[in-house]
Amino acid sequence: MGVKLLLDKANVPGIRTYDVYRREGGYRAVEKALKEMSTEAIVEEVKKSGLRGRGGAGFPTGMKWSFIAKPEGVPRHLVCNADESEPGTFKDRYLMEFLPHLLIEGLIISSYALGSNDTYIYIRGEYAWIPDILEEAINEAKANGFLGKNILGTGFDCNINVQRGGGAYICGEETALIESLEGKRGNPRIKPPFPAIQGLWMRPTVVNNVETLAAIVPIINIGGDEYAKIGVGKSTGTKLISACGNINKPGVYEIDMTISVEEFIYSDEYCGGIKGGKRLKACIPGGSSVPILPANLLLKTAKGETRYMNYESLSDGGFATGSMLGSGGFIVLDEDQCIVKNTLTLARFYRHESCGQCSPCREGTGWMEKILQKIESGKGEISDIDLLWDIQRKIEGNTICPLGDAASWPVAAAIRHFRDEFEWHVNNPELSQTSNFGLQHYADPIHVPA
Amino acid sequence: MSEQTLFKVTVDGITIEVPAGTTILQAARQIGGQVAPPAMCYYSKLKGSGGKCRTCLVEVSKGSEKDPRPMPKLVASCRTTVMDGMEVKNITSDKVVDARAGVVEFLLLNHPLDCPICDQAGECHLQDLSFDHGKSKTRFEFQKRTFKKHDLGENIQLHMTRCILCYRCVFTADQLTNKRVHGILDRGDHAEIATHIEKSLDNEFIGNVIDVCPVGALTDKTFRFKNRVWFLKPMDAHRDCPTCSGRVTLWNRGDEVYRVTARKDEWGEIEDTPEGKPGWICNTCRFDKKEASDWVIEGPREISRASVISQGHYAGNVGTTKPTETFKAVNGGRAPHLLMDIHDESEVNQPNVHLGQIHGPSHGDTFNNKNQNA
Repeated sequence: MGVKLLLDKANVPGIRTYDVYRREGGYRAVEKALKEMSTEAIVEEVKKSGLRGRGGAGFPTGMKWSFIAKPEGVPRHLVCNADESEPGTFKDRYLMEFLPHLLIEGLIISSYALGSNDTYIYIRGEYAWIPDILEEAINEAKANGFLGKNILGTGFDCNINVQRGGGAYICGEETALIESLEGKRGNPRIKPPFPAIQGLWMRPTVVNNVETLAAIVPIINIGGDEYAKIGVGKSTGTKLISACGNINKPGVYEIDMTISVEEFIYSDEYCGGIKGGKRLKACIPGGSSVPILPANLLLKTAKGETRYMNYESLSDGGFATGSMLGSGGFIVLDEDQCIVKNTLTLARFYRHESCGQCSPCREGTGWMEKILQKIESGKGEISDIDLLWDIQRKIEGNTICPLGDAASWPVAAAIRHFRDEFEWHVNNPELSQTSNFGLQHYADPIHVPA
Repeated sequence: MSEQTLFKVTVDGITIEVPAGTTILQAARQIGGQVAPPAMCYYSKLKGSGGKCRTCLVEVSKGSEKDPRPMPKLVASCRTTVMDGMEVKNITSDKVVDARAGVVEFLLLNHPLDCPICDQAGECHLQDLSFDHGKSKTRFEFQKRTFKKHDLGENIQLHMTRCILCYRCVFTADQLTNKRVHGILDRGDHAEIATHIEKSLDNEFIGNVIDVCPVGALTDKTFRFKNRVWFLKPMDAHRDCPTCSGRVTLWNRGDEVYRVTARKDEWGEIEDTPEGKPGWICNTCRFDKKEASDWVIEGPREISRASVISQGHYAGNVGTTKPTETFKAVNGGRAPHLLMDIHDESEVNQPNVHLGQIHGPSHGDTFNNKNQNA
């Protein structure tokens, strides 16, 4: 049983209410932070903890906080990015739905540390029922003196506002989120200036993921040094993984980043193995935009070492033989899944969600989807596979925001690791409509040169 | 004003000093020529424009004197400011050339390429861009997205199918008129420029969206299908206009004024007035004053020699300059090598020989023998 910092109280009945949450030790971190610690000390503690952004990029949170500009007389803002729209990722939903006070508590501490008197939660439009839960939690916190004016007599004022998005994936990108929060069209801004200098209403802004902000609470409670001892290397603390796909026990799991991928998939504590006793074909370990990995590269790295569920180990080998921990959307594919169809589904998603601002992403995502559709429906040619590769290469890195990269990586990885399956689709147009390429050699152990 | 800090920046090996805060694109434009990256969405007169089309991507091979690390990705030169000692590669970078060809391909993907019937043909930035940086063949084999044409107000027609979503017209309407009534609807490749209410663009300065449009998406309804731009003579002219600067370019054929536009500089942008303000023109000047008598004509407008509009025209040095260097001078004293020097060989060309005495036309052997002798 691994360490649990975020979800340890998730199963306490009534934890959603203030009374139960408080009885279970809630809001102690707020009291500690606001009464005993200076803002610098909190940032220092977060830096010591080694906490990395849980939204996907894995940028050190403490460092991000220290970048925020502090001009005289200009308000600063903290924005909680709850626009969790990555296919396969649903950890923030779970956190907000069952432990709303944990997020509110983390937000109060972070707002205090950053000097944000108006803090925003930008929540995905499709999470229609969650704003009510959050607002109730905010009202309860306010009624008990943890929000509003002069919190705990420290003179610190803080309001948390919940803002619903319109259900656009692009608004999970921090500058698009800020634009949308300002009431404009959710187009990503061109950086620089970064939000830490000019963000919401051109004021210094920090945008953090829900899980990141929730993790502030245990960091304050146990201290940054203790937090850093959990986990391994630069992957400190615990991470929520939302596991889905062809597994026995889909759901949100908290891991301490020391367990192996194999253990995570097959142990009964976590995913409980592949559904129906089938074999593992591939896995997208960090949400739909990270590269897909075939089973042989997933369980062991190209060097033959065991792969672990943490930032470093999953990205071992770069994009050639590795992937990313990303936002923790763990999608497992069994032997009966078609990679071409899976890639098409992802490409369709990115075409639909591209904001249309810059040309490579606007035109390229649609083109990739059309070609994948052509291959999937058995009308493809071998040259189409090379064309796909060329298109993704020309999108990647040439766009304003990371959506272009996110759209090209899954296609690139699918061709890199499963090119034979694409070719099989092209060469067997009729067969590919009725049957599946299957597992072939993907689960075989990879050859490690001596 | 105190002395401005000057930054040294090198673009494609050419060093120039520019004031701090200048963008890479502006610095490169000061050098001029091929060094200046193309720009489809950036418009120096419009605040906030740029960064979207990605044609101006450049490689920064040295960040600055202080921090010489190269930038990891290609950057949009129109929105990246220079640093002291920055080194930029534009056409000397293979990465840039490759990426730009990709962007051109993407821009043309859903573009109808209906140049033969498009009013913008001849002065279209996308044409120039594809000519300079594109490929001659498309790899796109699917149906292009299409939209219905519709009118944005009395004098402007929107042909959304041709649009490359540069957002210039949105910025123009936002910054020139007091109430913007059009914008982008939808997203991704089905995004479109649209108004909620058709024909609702009636601001006095809204006609400028036609001038800023890099393609033929926004066209002047008083000029649609009237003439091709290269058949017209551009003339600088002005009139005393109460609402705008009144400085325009007339596009004439004979004495007839076919079209009125603002004056555009070599980058296709509106020229500044002598007072230093952008020379936007009002709808009255653009759409209503179509008589030569309305205008004081200043003289023919200079058009770049590379432009098709300059063909057969007389303005400035266009078409009238004789090359100062002859072929021989350039070629190190050697005459041009002709594949078949028919003039010397064929007896037909020798006037002193009577045609009746010629045995026959020269043929391959004549030339082969000559080559062997040489």
